[in-house]
Amino acid sequence: MDQFIKKKIIQVKKGDQSAFSDVVSFYQNKIYQHCYRMLGNKHEAEDIAQEAFIRAYVNIDSFDENRKFSTWLYRIATNLTIDRMRKRKPDYHLDAEVKGTDGLDMYTQLASTERLPGEEVESRELQRYIHHEISQLPAKYRSIIMLRYLEEFSLKEISEILDVPLGTVKTRIHRGREALRKRLRHV
Amino acid sequence: MSCNEEYIKRMHDYLDGDISTEEESLLRRHLEDCEDCQKHFHELNRTITLIRSAERVEAPVGFTENVMGKLPTEKKRVKYKRWFKRHPILVAAAIFFILMIGSLSSTFNQGTDQLVVSTQEELVIDGDTVIVPAGVTVPGDVYVKNGDLLVLGTVDGNVTLFNGELLDSDSELDGGGLMASAGGVNGELETVDQTFEWIWYHIKNFFKGLFAF
Repeated sequence: MDQFIKKKIIQVKKGDQSAFSDVVSFYQNKIYQHCYRMLGNKHEAEDIAQEAFIRAYVNIDSFDENRKFSTWLYRIATNLTIDRMRKRKPDYHLDAEVKGTDGLDMYTQLASTERLPGEEVESRELQRYIHHEISQLPAKYRSIIMLRYLEEFSLKEISEILDVPLGTVKTRIHRGREALRKRLRHV
Repeated sequence: MSCNEEYIKRMHDYLDGDISTEEESLLRRHLEDCEDCQKHFHELNRTITLIRSAERVEAPVGFTENVMGKLPTEKKRVKYKRWFKRHPILVAAAIFFILMIGSLSSTFNQGTDQLVVSTQEELVIDGDTVIVPAGVTVPGDVYVKNGDLLVLGTVDGNVTLFNGELLDSDSELDGGGLMASAGGVNGELETVDQTFEWIWYHIKNFFKGLFAF
């Protein structure tokens, strides 16, 4: 698949715009999901994910083909989500969450007081609950936990994507795991 | 609840695949003895399993089409810019060539008709013609630019003719540039094509000028 993407990128660089649509459809779910987890809001996630692809296209010449395209793309997307979160008004976040997550908040309010029944990880509710717990983490831990366990990047790649030293990535992933351990202990 | 920070750190190092074999066996031995740490370790592993099972979402329908619709259409200017960026050597060569042509055409008209001759005293100059008089031997190399050379005597060296012709006593009458009787030259005879030499000469000068800065 890497070869396929590499080929497409070279075509895009040569000015073949239509080749970019294969790149977008290949990464759309991953990038959208990443933005959604970072922002916790579907509308914003779509907005930012689109912007990420557009930026990637506009700046395609600055991408070095010898490097991994996904790392580069995630870096663009992550920077955009961080910008968006910074620009948010403090009260906007609460509104957005209810609107975007389809009543997830009501559900999680329940969950925080009551124990979740069953151990079926497969169940959709549990999956949502986990998603919510991840989204409650501070952004700097959340991004790393997501990149590591949901997008399966190595710690070194994560340090490239987020442009933070490897040591910092390690510290943050430790803290993120501890925080989630406490949150998910009763599941 | 947990034993001590050191072991917890080892657990995380283990989870990151960033632990030495000694540390790992240390951790293993400790986990066998310490129930709290065992529980902690189990919870961490479970947490990771749970994270991996988090809800997956898919991009909305028509996402790709939306992105493609929003891409900027490439303007001609951008295309040129991209081309320039990708071929810096060609661009540099083009700029160099333009500058060179410019400096060449400005100097081409300046000294075209000026006669330049090497400084041997024996040489006689008659209008545009340089004459090596009969019975005279000119020592060293002879250089003539923008003029013809008539060799009646002998040149004891190389002859370089630039933008001119070698005449002999017969051909002077005929008005042609026959070189047949250049027997009076004891070295190499070189007649250089005007345009080529001119360009070459100015390329050299151009570089000299460049490096003078």
